[in-house]
Amino acid sequence: MSKRTTLAAIRFGYGLPLPMGAPDSPETILALLAGPDLAAQSSPTVASADLIPNLQELREIQKTGKKDIAKIPRRDALLQGFNDAAQEAVKITFARALDSADGFRERLTTFWADHFSVIAKRQLESLFPYSIVDEAIRPHLTGTFADLLTAATLHPAMLSYLDQSSSIGPNSRLGKNQGKGLNENLAREVIELHSLGVGADYTQSDVTEMAKILAGLTLNPDLVMEFQPRRAEPGPRVLLGKTYDAGGIENIRAALRDLALQPATGQHLARKLAVHFVSDTPSPDLVQAVAAAYNGSGGDLMATYTALLNHPAAWTQTTEKARQPFDFLVASLRALGVTGAQLQQMPYKEFRGQILAAMAGMGQPFKRPSGPNGFEEAAEEWITPQGLARRITWAMRVPPRLVEPLPDPVALAQSCLADRASEALLWGAARAEDITQGVGLVLASAEFNRR
Amino acid sequence: MAGSLDRRGFLRGLGGVLGCSVAAHPMLTTVTMAGANGGRPLGDHRLVVIILRGAMDGLDVVQPQGDADYAALRPTLLNPQATDLDGFFRLHPAMGDLMPLWNKGQLGFVHATSTPYRDKRSHFVGQDMLEAGTGMDVPLNQVKDGWLNRLLQTQDGLTSETAYSIGQVAMPLLEGPAEVRNWSPETTLLLTPQARLLFDRVYESDPLFHAASQEAMELADAGNGDMEMMAADPSQMAGLKVQDVEQLVDYAAGKLRQDARIAAFSMSGWDTHRGQAGGLSKSLARLQYAILRLQTGLGAQVWGKTVLLAMTEFGRTARENGTAGTDHGTGGVMVMAGGALNGGKIYGDWPGLSEANLYERRDLMPTTDVRAWAAHTIRGLYGIDQSLLENTVFPGLQMGKDPRILL
Repeated sequence: MSKRTTLAAIRFGYGLPLPMGAPDSPETILALLAGPDLAAQSSPTVASADLIPNLQELREIQKTGKKDIAKIPRRDALLQGFNDAAQEAVKITFARALDSADGFRERLTTFWADHFSVIAKRQLESLFPYSIVDEAIRPHLTGTFADLLTAATLHPAMLSYLDQSSSIGPNSRLGKNQGKGLNENLAREVIELHSLGVGADYTQSDVTEMAKILAGLTLNPDLVMEFQPRRAEPGPRVLLGKTYDAGGIENIRAALRDLALQPATGQHLARKLAVHFVSDTPSPDLVQAVAAAYNGSGGDLMATYTALLNHPAAWTQTTEKARQPFDFLVASLRALGVTGAQLQQMPYKEFRGQILAAMAGMGQPFKRPSGPNGFEEAAEEWITPQGLARRITWAMRVPPRLVEPLPDPVALAQSCLADRASEALLWGAARAEDITQGVGLVLASAEFNRR
Repeated sequence: MAGSLDRRGFLRGLGGVLGCSVAAHPMLTTVTMAGANGGRPLGDHRLVVIILRGAMDGLDVVQPQGDADYAALRPTLLNPQATDLDGFFRLHPAMGDLMPLWNKGQLGFVHATSTPYRDKRSHFVGQDMLEAGTGMDVPLNQVKDGWLNRLLQTQDGLTSETAYSIGQVAMPLLEGPAEVRNWSPETTLLLTPQARLLFDRVYESDPLFHAASQEAMELADAGNGDMEMMAADPSQMAGLKVQDVEQLVDYAAGKLRQDARIAAFSMSGWDTHRGQAGGLSKSLARLQYAILRLQTGLGAQVWGKTVLLAMTEFGRTARENGTAGTDHGTGGVMVMAGGALNGGKIYGDWPGLSEANLYERRDLMPTTDVRAWAAHTIRGLYGIDQSLLENTVFPGLQMGKDPRILL
């Protein structure tokens, strides 16, 4: 195996050994990415539309039978349905990353899911962090950023998480009748986090105007996005010096498209991509090349990824980044030979204990970042005394519960690190007191935790 | 967050390099402590800093009900059950159990204060500036350490036990070249002697992994580890529960009773865009719990030498928004507690809430720099030279007249 293959697997995928048929050159990686999303097709999550009957029945029960004890078991079963759908989606997320030959697509999905971070606020919304991925992010992963930004912003998960669903234009019909008004939360983050970036040239007035443009977007009782004219702020709006007077949802789409096409957005996204995939301190040349591809193509994401993968800096043999806990756990499971199918068969309670609780301890509670800015990138954020202690503990304790028999530690180091296994690691793996300790040493090693 | 402004990444990325060159640090100056206790720099006083992440609404916590414009700005949030503090301000009921401290002069507030951060009202940049302790004139990506770490850098002879950064959330406030302990309640690392030897060898060539593993092993040895992993289920709604606060505070109290003099941690849950009445009450109840638990944990003697400062990145809009909440604003409140405090007062000039007096006709106008209050606290606790505070710990700050916030 060549050094470039190792690099491709670890920097642009979920590690070695590569799944059957996985590409390892820029051309083949991009060619597979340009094709259909096979992982989503072969292991779909529950669609949010499929849960609408549950919501409707729950509403009926609440309306008619509030005190009807006989209906409580049915109500609880319906509520449990939301948890079940989310729990299945958690495992599917891991399984896709673990098994897919199209590893760059999975890594990009994780990247954009973090860029458009959402958190489920209540039980009825448990599936939201997964449905925004399958309904807004994955379908637009290789299209234009304008389409991706629009889909993510209008998705019910985002409307709920950043409070848009309750924002009302103060001069709208509903605003005047009920004395209600705006909530700026989504408007601010669309500009600050999702498009221009906080360093760009915008003001509080742009945030307020964006909030007025977005007013009207809400969720109906079925938790489906709806544009309600009675909540929309009347009149033309001025965002970044441009007037929007089409009215209705067309204003929203136009404003989001224009935000996506701002050069500052290209710069912001180029830097984020370079930081996420290549280095916490990427070369300015790499960032410029990716930004130029973005801005020169009208925000075409395939062109943007192509510029990233074709840049020499993307193929330098450095490992400055730390694998984030999700990446670390998926790569560990793959190294141990655990398959997605095995994960799916694992009782959820066990999965939660062995994987999700451990991941939270490493500093990355799954789908629960501390805010809409998602998780940190820098290696130093993850390799803290506490975070590393949790990785070491996981590596020493959990593999024997997942795999029987455990692999030989030296062979494991060679299969999951190839040319990156250091002499010191191979030396240590051969001298461990027992096979469990040896496996732990390999998975907790700096070589395995860096990318 | 724009990568170029991501101070945390930058600063931590250089941590190893800077750590080797403390002696050459241009800002490093040594002062001799007046009346230092047994040769211990920083003496006997304790400073606890809580960063309230998410922008606490000071106008709701310490409600200026005596201001004629308040009621119109806060039609649903104005709380008639709030407890009278001084005839003008009233305290949010979720902090009601702190009234005995207020009456003893061990609780106080600064109102209408803020960091120098203005206008874009980004949580993430606002928090970075709060913790960097710098002004708008310094690009955040050029700040390599937090103000509490720079305070440590001015002291000779500190040990790694002097300052503790507690909890899993990163604390840029305490990061930098001066040595600081990091701990979170879930740290657990039990290794056999042989495994330790192997890890030492395997991590040797990677400074980041080497340093982190060494500290993890030391902390485990000190008997703080081996707690059961807490199950985290993403399909359930979780928040910071009181138990989490309890662990943080108990650990801080334990260390502060011994050799530690400074401890810092974060509390989140202040970003109340919607339904603020409920959300803020929960967060305030946790803050109240933290303060009371710390008082108990420290014991009367150490509490008598302690000041706690709870600071946030900015305040929130003077007007309620359309969803019974508030959006990002500017001026706000700093909460102070401790037996060394000259409390029972609300410090800071009140700017008024008429539209013309609001910042950008929108936010509470800051009348003081929150850094000045922190600087006077540090000066009062540790006798540190004013010019050091104005040039090194908070570069560019003008502390102004001593407000005498300590006993």
